[in-house]
Amino acid sequence: MASRDYMHRLPDMGSSLRRPESLSRRWHIDLPLMLLLLILAGVGLVVLYSASGEEIHYVKRQAVFMGLAFTGMVIAAQIPLEFYRRWSPWFYLGGCCLLVAVLFVGVGAKGAQRWLQIGGFRFQPSEVLKLAVPISVAAFLHRRTLPPSLFTIVGALAIIGVPALLIVRQPDLGTSILIAASGIFALYLSGLSWKMIGSAGLLVALAAWPMWMWGMRDYQRQRVLTLFNPDADRLGAGWNIFQSKAAIGSGGWAGKGYMEGTQSQLDFLPESHTDFIIAVLAEEWGMRGALILLTLYLLIIARGIYISFTAQHVFGRLLAGSITLTFFVYVFVNIGMVSGLLPVVGVPLPLVSHGGTSVITLMAGFGILMAISTERRRVLF
Amino acid sequence: MSENLRFKDHYTEQRLFRNRMLVAIVGVVALLGVLVARLYNLQIVNYENYRTQSDENRIQVRPVPPTRGLIYDRNGVLLADNRASYTLAIVRERIRDLDATLELLGSLVEMDDDDVEKFNRRLQRRRPFEPVPLRYRLSEEEIARISVNEFRLPGVSVEAELVRYYPETELFAHSVGYVGRIAERDLTAFSEEDVRRYRGTQSIGKVGLERSYEDLLLGEVGFENVETNARGRVLRVLERHDPKPGAELTLHLDTRLQQVATDALGEHRGAVVAIDVKTGGVLAFVSKPSYDPNLFVTGISFKDYSELRDSLDVPLFNRVVQGQYPPGSTLKPMMGLGGLAAGVITANTRVPDPGFFRLPNDTRIYRDWKRWGHGKNIDLIEGLAQSCDVYFWDMASRWNIDGMHDIATRFGLGEKTGIDLPREYPGIFPSREWKRGARGTAWYPGDSLNAVLGQGFVLATPLQLAVMTATIANRGTHYRPQMVMAIDGVEQPPEVLHHVEARQEHWDLVFKGMEQVVKAGTGKNAGAGLDFRVAGKSGTAQVVGIAQGAKYDSEALKERHRDHALFIAFAPVDDPQIAVSVLVENGEGGGRVAAPVAREVLADWMQRPFEDTAGLPSWRPPMAPLTTTPFEEVRARG
Repeated sequence: MASRDYMHRLPDMGSSLRRPESLSRRWHIDLPLMLLLLILAGVGLVVLYSASGEEIHYVKRQAVFMGLAFTGMVIAAQIPLEFYRRWSPWFYLGGCCLLVAVLFVGVGAKGAQRWLQIGGFRFQPSEVLKLAVPISVAAFLHRRTLPPSLFTIVGALAIIGVPALLIVRQPDLGTSILIAASGIFALYLSGLSWKMIGSAGLLVALAAWPMWMWGMRDYQRQRVLTLFNPDADRLGAGWNIFQSKAAIGSGGWAGKGYMEGTQSQLDFLPESHTDFIIAVLAEEWGMRGALILLTLYLLIIARGIYISFTAQHVFGRLLAGSITLTFFVYVFVNIGMVSGLLPVVGVPLPLVSHGGTSVITLMAGFGILMAISTERRRVLF
Repeated sequence: MSENLRFKDHYTEQRLFRNRMLVAIVGVVALLGVLVARLYNLQIVNYENYRTQSDENRIQVRPVPPTRGLIYDRNGVLLADNRASYTLAIVRERIRDLDATLELLGSLVEMDDDDVEKFNRRLQRRRPFEPVPLRYRLSEEEIARISVNEFRLPGVSVEAELVRYYPETELFAHSVGYVGRIAERDLTAFSEEDVRRYRGTQSIGKVGLERSYEDLLLGEVGFENVETNARGRVLRVLERHDPKPGAELTLHLDTRLQQVATDALGEHRGAVVAIDVKTGGVLAFVSKPSYDPNLFVTGISFKDYSELRDSLDVPLFNRVVQGQYPPGSTLKPMMGLGGLAAGVITANTRVPDPGFFRLPNDTRIYRDWKRWGHGKNIDLIEGLAQSCDVYFWDMASRWNIDGMHDIATRFGLGEKTGIDLPREYPGIFPSREWKRGARGTAWYPGDSLNAVLGQGFVLATPLQLAVMTATIANRGTHYRPQMVMAIDGVEQPPEVLHHVEARQEHWDLVFKGMEQVVKAGTGKNAGAGLDFRVAGKSGTAQVVGIAQGAKYDSEALKERHRDHALFIAFAPVDDPQIAVSVLVENGEGGGRVAAPVAREVLADWMQRPFEDTAGLPSWRPPMAPLTTTPFEEVRARG
């Protein structure tokens, strides 16, 4: 950096020696991340085609969403970080208002009220909070001295807690936990003391019993029980896990071949094109394919962490770290759930599962990540 | 915040962040390791296990029921066929709301409470994931309506199935019989082996040959591995072990002869049996009235069944093997032969017949059926021709019942004929021992007088009379009556049960007497206008006893209390080919009503040109030469 500064100061040579600004820099695109995401989206579409029973309709729809999502990402990358930081309270408050609205006028299915219907368009306000919560927590912590004082921690937890509780009420425990996690990651990365983390862990362990007894609904308890003994009720609650494990396991190392997976093609695997799509991949492409996918995810996460290290401000650092770790949690929870390690919670596999709004939120997150990654340039030049 | 503070914080914060992030990286890597370990555990360590599970998911072993063996008459006319029938079936495990499904199906196909009730009963004893039939014989239109609504009906399927069909309907109901759905009764009687053999099969032989040859007709069940999707739809067959179809039966029965015999009975109730003298093969087997066996195949409706069951004419009753009638005078030729063989009478024995008979030391008068008698010097030939009761009473009074029983048994009376049909009744020919056991009293001489005329305790089925006639025609060789001529084209050899020993002149005498019956006696109707020689004997059996001295008045009796008319016959006399017995319930006169029926049967069989039968068949079983007389030779001479 020093040498470059030196060159910069040379009046004659400066213009010729200075590296010309590339297109990607000018557009605030992080090329490695962009490339990885495109590969992942491509893989996702290929798997989706098989998982949806060779219905090109699904793939087309998803491709349109992907296009929108990538556009959204590029747009999100153009917005200066400062803007996100400044506007975060409004962003946050607006999201919370929508959540309150969902409780009263929301629509839904299967006993859960998660959507807002505006005209012919339906969307899930909790998606907004997936970004609003980490931005707000990062912005809140940005203004404090770190490591955070107890007061700061309580404030951050309040910011996390309000939307989390509102979403639990819908009820949508999975999303609520993920949103809470994104905020907590920011808090954790800000330098939460180990003592704090330890006592919080203890508290959660102590709270598990009353949670189980009174905090959970029957179907939620059933899912947890199913996790430990999926064979107990093969045709009922254990069906999904039983079938997805059979799908993954029967794939072996090499897989059954693209579009040859009997579990998914013969409809034994439920939700094969949405939450359980990893089972399709693992069945048809085997462990080989699953490892390649995990490597892709690992590379994206690694790039995210690198960006967080290079970020100039506390805000960017915490936000980048939070977005990246939350992304990892998605991957882990989804694969853990499908392979029978975790209870069944409705978490899609990022960029592979079929589903519109979640892709857009996710890519907007990556857009912010790119904004953070290119922020340095903005400051320097 | 001042510039200074911020600058100082910057390092601490960055250090803190790096510190925390490094721990997070360790966590991320560890958790990814957990996922990889999980995948390794599922896909590598337990691969075989899950492979099996996923195969069990999609691959179902399904039984492939064998095709039931077909039944042909002797000329290759199909008597029992298999036809495709479409059945609406439900897999209970794949249906969430059964009531809603049934309601929807009720709006698509015709379905009554009876169907639903039967379905519910079948539902109780199904194997898991087995399609349970709800309605049989769907029409094309109903199939179309169901397939249009298929998406609303998971777990509902239309299954093609081969179902028995009897093209000749009523004609062979009592001989070929019918199959029916396997009932609970059948299932409880099943051995473990039977349960295996009947997997996938819905029907079982209930009556007639369908029942007695069930084991052969059924065949051997096959299996196939099919790939199904989660909704149970079969996508493809992976592996198949073909079933072995049931054996094809070729019967001795002749469809045209059967038709002729049925027509000859006209409106009467009764039975006609015709037997191939040289083999014991049953050529015609008529029990009238009959019924349509097709009604029973997929389950008879309650209404149809009660109609058949409650009819006064008892159509379900198999008169040929279960109807036990007093054979009356049709026994006389056999008794005459027995008397000759035992030395009780000779060709020269002559008896005066004043119209009545009295046992020594007995006041009771036995009246001949002819008021004033048949004449002064009645010999055996005349006794048979005129059916002279007194001649045979005289013989019986000088003979003993056990001798009579012995000879009757050799001709097949009083015991089952051993025909290859189920539920045959044995009839009765009494003996001293029998009467002591059954009635607890001693044998009286008067009992012998009744027995010799085929009355009193004597009961015989029309089949037994036909066997007796064939045995006479065969000069003593008593064949077991056989329905089946060939199994899968392999000729079934005739089986000799007894041989009645008698001198040729004795047989000649009986033949002459029986021929005289047709030429000049009571059975003239049996031979009228035929160009071959016929031997026969009439019989009349009382339905209710007539009190001593009372005059028989048929007008006063209701129709159903009239005498049964009987006739036995064989032809041609010089080389007998066919023996016939005819029973006409409440027909009154054997010679008048039953003899013409016998004539029609004999005429059809004997006057038929050989080409007639040779031209008919679509399929002929390969013929192995018979030990006695080759089939073709017999027919050619006829």
